[in-house]
Amino acid sequence: MTVLSISNLNVVFSTEDGPLHALKDVSFDVPANRIVGIVGESGCGKSTLINAILGLLADNGHIDGGAIRFEGDTDLTTLGPDAMRDLRGPRIATVFQDPMGALNPVLSVGAQMVNIQYRSGRSKAEKRARAVEMLEQVRIPDAAAAIKRYPHEFSGGMKQRIAIAMALMMEPALLIADEPTTALDATLEVATIEMLKDLQQKIGCSILFISHHLGVIAELCDDVVVMYAGEVVERGTTRAIFNDPRHPYTARLLECDPARQTERTRNLPTIPGEIPDLRARPPGCIFANRCHRREDVCARPPPDIQIGGGHAARCHLADMPEMEVAP
Amino acid sequence: MLAYFVKRLGLAVIIVSVAMLMLFCMIYAIPGDPAAVALGPRATDAMREALRIKMGLDQPIWVQFWNFFTGAWTGDLGREVLSDRPVLGVVLEQLPFTLALIAGGIIWSVALGIPLGCFAAIRRGSLADRIVGILSVAVIAVPSFVIAIYALLIFAVQLRWLPAIGAGEPGDLGDQLFHLILPSLAVGLGWVGYIARMVRASMLEVLEASHIRTARAFGLPDRQITYRYALTIAVLPTVTLLGVGIGQMLSSAVFAEIVFARPGVGKLVYDAILTRNFPLVTGTVLVTTVLFVMLNLVADLIVGALDPRVRSSF
Repeated sequence: MTVLSISNLNVVFSTEDGPLHALKDVSFDVPANRIVGIVGESGCGKSTLINAILGLLADNGHIDGGAIRFEGDTDLTTLGPDAMRDLRGPRIATVFQDPMGALNPVLSVGAQMVNIQYRSGRSKAEKRARAVEMLEQVRIPDAAAAIKRYPHEFSGGMKQRIAIAMALMMEPALLIADEPTTALDATLEVATIEMLKDLQQKIGCSILFISHHLGVIAELCDDVVVMYAGEVVERGTTRAIFNDPRHPYTARLLECDPARQTERTRNLPTIPGEIPDLRARPPGCIFANRCHRREDVCARPPPDIQIGGGHAARCHLADMPEMEVAP
Repeated sequence: MLAYFVKRLGLAVIIVSVAMLMLFCMIYAIPGDPAAVALGPRATDAMREALRIKMGLDQPIWVQFWNFFTGAWTGDLGREVLSDRPVLGVVLEQLPFTLALIAGGIIWSVALGIPLGCFAAIRRGSLADRIVGILSVAVIAVPSFVIAIYALLIFAVQLRWLPAIGAGEPGDLGDQLFHLILPSLAVGLGWVGYIARMVRASMLEVLEASHIRTARAFGLPDRQITYRYALTIAVLPTVTLLGVGIGQMLSSAVFAEIVFARPGVGKLVYDAILTRNFPLVTGTVLVTTVLFVMLNLVADLIVGALDPRVRSSF
């Protein structure tokens, strides 16, 4: 069963210089009990995608076609604000990137964890007990005392674990994790990833995991969605994406991962050029101006070519894997 | 918390002491012999000399300062010239009227300013927001005595809804409060503007914060997000602003007391200046300085009570 199914989603922001096409024909699925990773550079539309799913797009943004189907037939793009609010929290919970600022500074951790259970109908003591139990699960020491404390009394790693505890306390069907480990140091990152994986197994939810850290994605995710300039350029299983990338952007992105660097070098590899102006999208392939395999055909809109096993790439040349060029 | 309080109290003592020194220097610098001023033009030299000795003016300056300093700290602010009563008693008698006036001003400014600022922030860019913005700037720009005079003309003289002068029957709380409405509005109206602007700005900032996005992502009701999650943070700068603004309210209170012929510290100091009753002027200024420092401290303690980050840094 599919928990979240996004098809041909388009999001447009109206700016002073005209409409900005932030997401263009985005399609992918999040199956039940799986962890789907989204990778891409800054500005590729990851945050816009999350906000579109949550129904929290900025006032100047709107969904311009497409569907976000959640748990079957419910199309989130057609839900009103009240119905959308009822889903946020209990069904779709979110952990945000910035652990320092994600919790309210003037309310105790316990108060915040009790407040978000306002729909549960439990007594205050039960809500409190539930909060303590969740904090224990994310290994916050002395959880019973911790809920009386305020966010600034915890370290960054602890705050992020509290944020995860808050999200998973809701037992959602879908957890959206927006770069939850980016602000943490490497050892904490590994521990947090392990914990997230354990809790996901226990609760049985799906996770949409946004990151630009390829190592974390490879470690944690079952499927990967590669985004570039507001488009899904490639999607497939983690194995397929990492071992057999079909879109030139994916290939270059993997090459740029410092972890793949085997030789000592002064200059880490980069992809030359910049993301095109999204107010004036090129008619053809969005990556063409930076692509090392560009051909004449790339001036036409590329199709989503199915490679098989759910692996697809939005590239004219996806059927012709890149040949290893002899040095 | 206690350590912080003691530290702040120590600082307050230093501030008041420095204020005393400056006040003393100012009195000393005023041209003319205080004894001669007190006795008037028809006194003899012998009478002046006697009073000079009684007032301690024949002592060296540092002895005079020490006497003034220790006297003030023990509550002896000297005796006023006209009735020869202790200055402190006279000032404390009038102080409740001024405190009530300032408290009324704060209530007006908070009760109108915070909801208006909050409303403007939530409806940012709307016509209502712009109207609130223009009105805020307008009431900030108009001096409080102008507001006092117009309030008097409109509500007391033309419409006859509210009493024009006095502080109400002594012992009749309802009547006293009734008499407080117009003068306290005159003191507080400018602050409605300040607070509305301040709350609007900090509310807009807080609503952009990522913890508000978290609250939204958990589907909390809008009301709870606005009032419990955002406004509690957005009012913090306002409390500090009010603490500092007490000084300005005190000066507005002087005008309001004169315009509405109310008893109070402002009226007292005004009359004292007209009659050259210098010990009373000095005493009043000193008492209001202490009041100002204390209310500032109260504002800081309120911020501490509202903001756990400040509390734990105490």
